[in-house]
Amino acid sequence: MRLKHIGAMTYARNMEFVRDRGTFFWNLIFPFFLVFGFSFAFSRDGQDLLTVAVFDGDRLAIEQFLTTPGLAQREFATRELAAERIRNHQLDLLIDGRSGSYTVNPSSTSGALVERILATTPETAELQRVELAGRAIRYVDWFVPGVIGMNVLFSAMFGVGFIIVRYRKNGVLKRLRATPLGAGEFVIAQMLSRLLILVFTSIVVFVGTWFFLDLVVVGNVFNLLLVTVLAIMCFISLGLVFAARFRSEEVANGFINVALWPMLAFSGVFFSLDSVPPALQRASLALPLTHYLNASRSIMLDGAGLPEVLPNIAVLTGMTVAFVAIAALLFRWE
Amino acid sequence: MSEAIIEARGLTMRYGDLVAVDSIDLDIPQDTCFGLLGPNGAGKTTTIEIMEGLRKPTAGEVRFRGRKLDDTYRDRVGIQFQQTALQEFITVAETLRMFGSLYTRRRPIEELVELCDLHDLMNRDHRKLSGGQRQRLLLALALVNDPDLVFLDEPTTGLDPQARRNFWNLVQRIRSEGRTVVLTTHYMEEAEQLCDEIAIMDHGSIIARDSPYGLIQANFEGSVIRLPASQAVTRAQLPSQAQVYKECVDIPSERVENTIHELVGAGVPLEGLSIHRPNLDDLFLKLTGTSLRA
Repeated sequence: MRLKHIGAMTYARNMEFVRDRGTFFWNLIFPFFLVFGFSFAFSRDGQDLLTVAVFDGDRLAIEQFLTTPGLAQREFATRELAAERIRNHQLDLLIDGRSGSYTVNPSSTSGALVERILATTPETAELQRVELAGRAIRYVDWFVPGVIGMNVLFSAMFGVGFIIVRYRKNGVLKRLRATPLGAGEFVIAQMLSRLLILVFTSIVVFVGTWFFLDLVVVGNVFNLLLVTVLAIMCFISLGLVFAARFRSEEVANGFINVALWPMLAFSGVFFSLDSVPPALQRASLALPLTHYLNASRSIMLDGAGLPEVLPNIAVLTGMTVAFVAIAALLFRWE
Repeated sequence: MSEAIIEARGLTMRYGDLVAVDSIDLDIPQDTCFGLLGPNGAGKTTTIEIMEGLRKPTAGEVRFRGRKLDDTYRDRVGIQFQQTALQEFITVAETLRMFGSLYTRRRPIEELVELCDLHDLMNRDHRKLSGGQRQRLLLALALVNDPDLVFLDEPTTGLDPQARRNFWNLVQRIRSEGRTVVLTTHYMEEAEQLCDEIAIMDHGSIIARDSPYGLIQANFEGSVIRLPASQAVTRAQLPSQAQVYKECVDIPSERVENTIHELVGAGVPLEGLSIHRPNLDDLFLKLTGTSLRA
């Protein structure tokens, strides 16, 4: 490994990105369009229903309440998660049969509404009222990590995976191979360049939307940066797997899209996975984007510290190592 | 003849059943310009890429200054490919610097700029260069590590005649600096102009090797009378030494008057007849049965 070689290649790739005005602005401006577009589209908070979650309760006894038109039940894995949603205004009311209590957020108007309905049901009269205060999380607060994750994912997969395939096809790789440049040096430079670019664009998007939309940021921004860097590394490594062998840009494009779309659909970029079947929730944990979004939203919106998102960090790191190993095994200059 | 700078022994390349290169021996003397010629598909590019160290042959080996090719080899040779792409959005100056930083030995960039006449192009995006300018940049990149041995794979294909002549001057300058040049080309004129020695490849083998003059001397006497191919003429009307090709009929002749008399006597129409001193084109046609440019 010679740093001079890595430096020269990184510089060339950075210039290629920065001077290609179209790509550069697209990478930077597009996330803003998405955020502003969606925040406008969902400015009514996107919730038409009133929501309630029940833990260990006799559902039959309160069936009359639960079947109130316009009231929907949500399932959560743990009480803590449900409580978190109360705090965020994403869940209106939580009934806990074990402690004989119900929880509402005093600053939530829809919470107050559900509470009124609850009061008309005689079977629940004995439940203790618990308050859980917290600032409302708008859709846009929740959506920004999704946009950053999606942007990083696309840019890493195409900016590394697709570009190396193009280099292979048009002869850039062949020309470089005729020099003393090593394959490892070349690949590290590609990763490094894209990492720098994506950390920069992610920070711009985050700070920009924070400034304009007054985002809810409860946790530590440096932890947020850390998980973002890990996610970028993971997606770049995944891009390398696609870059390792293909010689045709069209084929590479097809495979990259096949990998991208399930992540967009099932990682919770646009909509929360809270309301999808538990089997699908579990399956979504196979996708690296899910882990990034869970970790970044926990830190940003719930104020989680690193220990709480350690499982996500471990998965992202493990996947990165696995992807790099696979890419190294498969890589061919030609 | 001086010592060989690079030699190949028993070089063979098979792709499945296809034998692209068939047990070639080749040694290239130091301080010469060596031309490798052949029709498309003859195995030139495969041979040269094995010698560049970019392909592993199925059998045989290449030695550079008597030693097997190793990791240091790429640091010591210069290569210009037939077709190549560079990273986009990079200026000529940046490209030169980037390639320079990949080598341990380095020629000062000012020298390369001077040699390849790149002064006015330094701040230009390399994609905006003309064909000739681009080839000069690619040549400068091949020389960036001050190599003793330079491979040029069809460096002037697609250039206009003016740009081609400019490029020839450049190659002669490189030669005068004491570098060994290995060249493949489609242009016989280029080989005659530049090469001290040529080898002609066909079907994966070397079928002739000598100086351009020596090869012509060995294969031709006198002149060549060329007639356009005509369906009206039968083989029987032509002298026995005539070579019938797809596009033309070539009749080597020591005494042109006699041969023309013979043709007139046989009733062969002389429309379109030409007479010339045999050159590499004729040699190539004779040895491989195809015209190089076809």
